[in-house]
Amino acid sequence: MTVVGERDEPARGAQVAVDAPVIDVRGLRMRYGSLDVLDGIDWRDHGRWRVRELLRHLGRYYEPYATAERPRPYDVDELIETVGLGEHAGQKLATLSGGQRRRLDVAIGMVGRPELLFMDEPAAGFDPKARRAFHDLVHRLSDLEDTTILLTTHDLDEAEKLADRILILAGGRIVADGSADQLARQVSANAEVRWSRGGEFFVHSTADATRFVRELFAQHGEEIADLEVRRATLEDTYMAMVHRVETGHVEEVFSL
Amino acid sequence: MSQVVVAASRLGLSRGWLEFKQTMAASQELIWTFVINGAFFLVLVLQRNSTVEGVPLALLTLPSLLGMSVATGGLMGATSILASHREDGTLLRAKAIPNGMIGYLVAQIVLTFLTTIFGMALVLVPGLFVVDGLTSVGPAGWLALIGVLVLGMLATLPWGAIIGSLVKSAASGFGLTFLPISGVVAISGIFYPITALPDWVQWIGQVFPIYWLGLGMRAAILPDAAAAAEIGGSWRHVETIGVLGAWAVVGLLIAPAVLRRMARHESGSTMEARKERALHRGY
Repeated sequence: MTVVGERDEPARGAQVAVDAPVIDVRGLRMRYGSLDVLDGIDWRDHGRWRVRELLRHLGRYYEPYATAERPRPYDVDELIETVGLGEHAGQKLATLSGGQRRRLDVAIGMVGRPELLFMDEPAAGFDPKARRAFHDLVHRLSDLEDTTILLTTHDLDEAEKLADRILILAGGRIVADGSADQLARQVSANAEVRWSRGGEFFVHSTADATRFVRELFAQHGEEIADLEVRRATLEDTYMAMVHRVETGHVEEVFSL
Repeated sequence: MSQVVVAASRLGLSRGWLEFKQTMAASQELIWTFVINGAFFLVLVLQRNSTVEGVPLALLTLPSLLGMSVATGGLMGATSILASHREDGTLLRAKAIPNGMIGYLVAQIVLTFLTTIFGMALVLVPGLFVVDGLTSVGPAGWLALIGVLVLGMLATLPWGAIIGSLVKSAASGFGLTFLPISGVVAISGIFYPITALPDWVQWIGQVFPIYWLGLGMRAAILPDAAAAAEIGGSWRHVETIGVLGAWAVVGLLIAPAVLRRMARHESGSTMEARKERALHRGY
């Protein structure tokens, strides 16, 4: 992320999170003017600028890169509304709260209407409320805009909630690639069905939970209670994948 | 390419003007500026009744102060802007925008010019009321003043940018520039004639731009007869342009490479590391 996002030579400790395709980043930036970074940095820049003022100024750098199908920059007032800073548009950056500041970062990242937006641990350090608001925002952006969002996170719950496609990196290699659901199936094709009947609890592992449950009801009808179908969470998947890498079964994971 | 660069430069111009207005609205910093220039004004008031070889002392000091303002504005202004923008991420933000660095640099040059001119005006305008002989300066004199201002900025601003690129923090940038500049000011004939100093000190003083900026400003504003009080009894126009020009050329040759190197190394992680250090220091 460091390498790609900041257009640097690889810094110490930096990891190339993406495979070879994104290498000539400078060229990409000039061509699209569309790469941007949001990392866990606490930005304190432009403290004297007002929200709308700064977005308008930064947006104008993208004007020469506008095309018919991709008008640039984004309409600033619309963007401010989208990230939920409508009430704060005239406020100085120095007076924004941490969460508002992060939403402004997103707006700055979006103002050039990028084809690709990088977010590096964007919700790190957020309280649950701010996190949820931020997740809603990312959802809105990914739904509304033809912008691909590449997000790194250690929060598997976040990944599961936000991502259409998840890549898991372990030991510097991509060990899994797919939707949360696909990944779960890769690790374990089976779902766990729990229920109770006549005060007794049962657990059954099955590849076709829907069919199993249908048959269960056909057989016992109203006697069934406490029904619960649980597929492996992304966290289960992740632990399984990492375990396989650590025990040297990487190839096996790759072949899945 | 060139069209995009022109567009970014134009954005830089408007950005510089905007940042100047923001600086003017930031009362805390302005207080400092007013205190310093108030002190200068007091010096002029105290000197108004003394004369040196027939020239009012205050009339000698005022252009020297203007020259000093140019040097400190160019050097310390650029150093502090760059160092603090590296610290707070403004520079990194500019780097993440296409051609943002062009706009950023143009803006900071504009900002440094405007704040320096503002500082000069704070000395000059009150000076018009207390310093005798200032009102008799002709258009040629004011034009020469502008020329010295531009040459002085060229001679000092690139060096400010170089120092601002190399220092680790805004605080160390201030420490690194303030004391040496004060020392050079003391031997540059700003507050009293350089000719009163020992020969070898005069030589050191004449290496740096501050003496020549003071001389250039005096040459612009003072009557020709006042040249008698200068080294060699002349305004030494050629030497002034030569020394300031040399500082400008060398500075402009070195600054781009230093700026590029700094910008390349600037990243989120270096900024974080700086913040860590600041936390450890406790300020």
